Amino acid sequence: MALLDIQDLHASVDDTAILKGISLTVNAGEVHAIMGPNGSGKSTLAQVLAGHPAYEVTGGSVTLDGADLLDMEAEERAWAGVFLAFQYPVEIPGVTNAYFLRQAYNEIRKARGLDELDPMDFLDLLEEKLKVVEWGPEIMERAVNFGFSGGEKKRNEILQMAVLEPKLAILDETDSGLDIDALRIVADGVNQLKRPDSATILVTHYQRLLDYIVPDYVHVLAGGKIVKSGGKELALELEKRGYEWLTGVAESAALA
Amino acid sequence: MSNDTELETLVNREYQHGWVTDIEMDTLPPGLTEETVRFISATKKEPEWLLDWRLKAFRRWQEMVEPTWPNVHYPPIDYQAIAYYSAPKTQKPLGSLDEVDPKLLETYEKLGIPLSEQKLLAGVAVDAIFDSVSVGTTFKETLRKEGVIFCSFGEAVQEHPELVQKYLGSVVPASDNYFAALNSAVFSDGSFVYIPKGVRCPMELSTYFRINAANTGQFERTLIVAEEGAYVSYLEGCTAPKRDENQLHAAVVELVALDDATIKYSTVQNWYAGDEHGVGGIYNFVTKRGKAGARAKISWTQVETGSAITWKYPSVILQGDDSIGEFYSVAVVNGMQQADTGTKMIHIGRNTKSTIVSKGISAGKGQNSYRGQVKILPKAHGARNYTQCDSMLIGNACGAHTFPYIDVQNSTSDVEHEASTSKIGEDQIFYCKQRGLNTEHAISVIVNGFCKEVFRELPMEFAVEAQKLLGISLEGSVG
Repeated sequence: MALLDIQDLHASVDDTAILKGISLTVNAGEVHAIMGPNGSGKSTLAQVLAGHPAYEVTGGSVTLDGADLLDMEAEERAWAGVFLAFQYPVEIPGVTNAYFLRQAYNEIRKARGLDELDPMDFLDLLEEKLKVVEWGPEIMERAVNFGFSGGEKKRNEILQMAVLEPKLAILDETDSGLDIDALRIVADGVNQLKRPDSATILVTHYQRLLDYIVPDYVHVLAGGKIVKSGGKELALELEKRGYEWLTGVAESAALA
Repeated sequence: MSNDTELETLVNREYQHGWVTDIEMDTLPPGLTEETVRFISATKKEPEWLLDWRLKAFRRWQEMVEPTWPNVHYPPIDYQAIAYYSAPKTQKPLGSLDEVDPKLLETYEKLGIPLSEQKLLAGVAVDAIFDSVSVGTTFKETLRKEGVIFCSFGEAVQEHPELVQKYLGSVVPASDNYFAALNSAVFSDGSFVYIPKGVRCPMELSTYFRINAANTGQFERTLIVAEEGAYVSYLEGCTAPKRDENQLHAAVVELVALDDATIKYSTVQNWYAGDEHGVGGIYNFVTKRGKAGARAKISWTQVETGSAITWKYPSVILQGDDSIGEFYSVAVVNGMQQADTGTKMIHIGRNTKSTIVSKGISAGKGQNSYRGQVKILPKAHGARNYTQCDSMLIGNACGAHTFPYIDVQNSTSDVEHEASTSKIGEDQIFYCKQRGLNTEHAISVIVNGFCKEVFRELPMEFAVEAQKLLGISLEGSVG
């Protein structure tokens, strides 16, 4: 059984259709890259999978491990193992990273019938996970993303991912706004977190992230549909040729 | 279920303390005349000077008009429709807590304030005020060994009249304002605290106010005196039953911190706020002020979640050189609640320092106003003030307003004012939900983070209490 199975997914925001029939199958152990021009619906797909309430699913189905994902509240999807690394991570002033992460970690454990970790045990766990993003413990006492640089926010997303150990990680433009060092740290982190029983979806505009995280499949999204799928070489071709030749394909496909 | 409906359900959560104790009461019929004042004073067997003080206040009050400047709206109050005195019938001078009517003890148990000393939180002494009278004070003996006096106001008038006479009205004069004058005329009971020179009060002191009777106003008076170098931390909590009528609570709190003394006063106010249509609830019109001597420190911390209308400005007169005034406030309005609250810091002495941290949270159709005055008088050389005033909006139907008044008459002083307004948005909640927190938990985490600087000023047990309370008053208020 596929880990994630998306069939003919349609979604809209404020009555404007954004996703117009997306089908995609992701198996455990795979890395899929979703690429495409601005406004193609890449981020919408990420948000819809995570359950953002602003998007209305108007058709199709999505299952995770066979369970109906669309029927779940956002937090239930998190409990089931969906993790979204946000393009624009939200700031939560006054709430320390350590406290927030422990709440999240324990909620997910509770939902899975496991014991919660007390603050001391959780700190031990954190210490290990901080290594994934090459951070010292001082970051844990800062408020969640508050006053963080763009790069720090993205690193923090990867740290959260390391702690929460998702089955399906969706990284939404995680490379945008990163300098080359931060990009390496973030990519190294993602690579370390790959497991045979989990999968990763990388949503990105540029090929450069894929130099660091090598995808098994590349899909090009345009006009709310997947217009082309291929291996990692497709990304290189896009880098050279841009998206226009594929956007053209999309238009003719629509005419046909 | 969409966020909105889920939140709607949560917001309509019931007020927890809305029940009534069925107990026989001696209640004065509604109405306010000089006779009412005389009756209250006679019932409490007060000395002549106090009756005179009350009568003078009453006459002043009759000449005054209710203030209209606060940013709150309510129909005119009929002061003749209010009963000004209500006490449990079995009331007699209490030798000890064992003599308190079991029904009253039950009431406080139910509120989570057990009055028997064995069950109490270790290290917290409680004075329990039920409508117009104190029903008992715990740990009195322990405190007496240190020379600390902690008793009901009525008892203080009988046993320590010289202290009461010396300090009553010394910070908030009877004619200070409309509601203070009313309180001065008809106040019934309250708490009295006296900490002798150099004594650090060995436990937290707290007063728990409960309004029970219908159509009754509560007019309590609290007076705290800390002699030179003394220290005390004091906390008050408040609840009232759910009733369709509005009830008036017009209290006065006076703090006297002599040279080198410290008074820390914390409030967790959870009076009944009225229903979602604005029916019922407490009108909380309160005057709180402290006067600080040289190097003395007065710190107000308040968490205001209840009342239909809140009108209060806990203030500090920084009279002595190097004195310090602090005001940390969380004010929450939800439903149809209105709050106009803030502080006044009056800098008189040299090198006086004040800090104001105000966190206003507005949800539902609530209207929240911060009103604060920082006044630096000509002789306050080197005075400093820092004000931080943050508002958080939850939903689209509420309002946040800020009215800062800054009056600087000395050029060597330094006044800073920072303000911000933020909104709990769908995105913030979604972020938390994506990490596995449900909506309820998400709001609680976000709001508690917002209030952190204030909560950390509260004594530990009460900080936990305040966080829970905040959760209850706000969960699900995004609309």
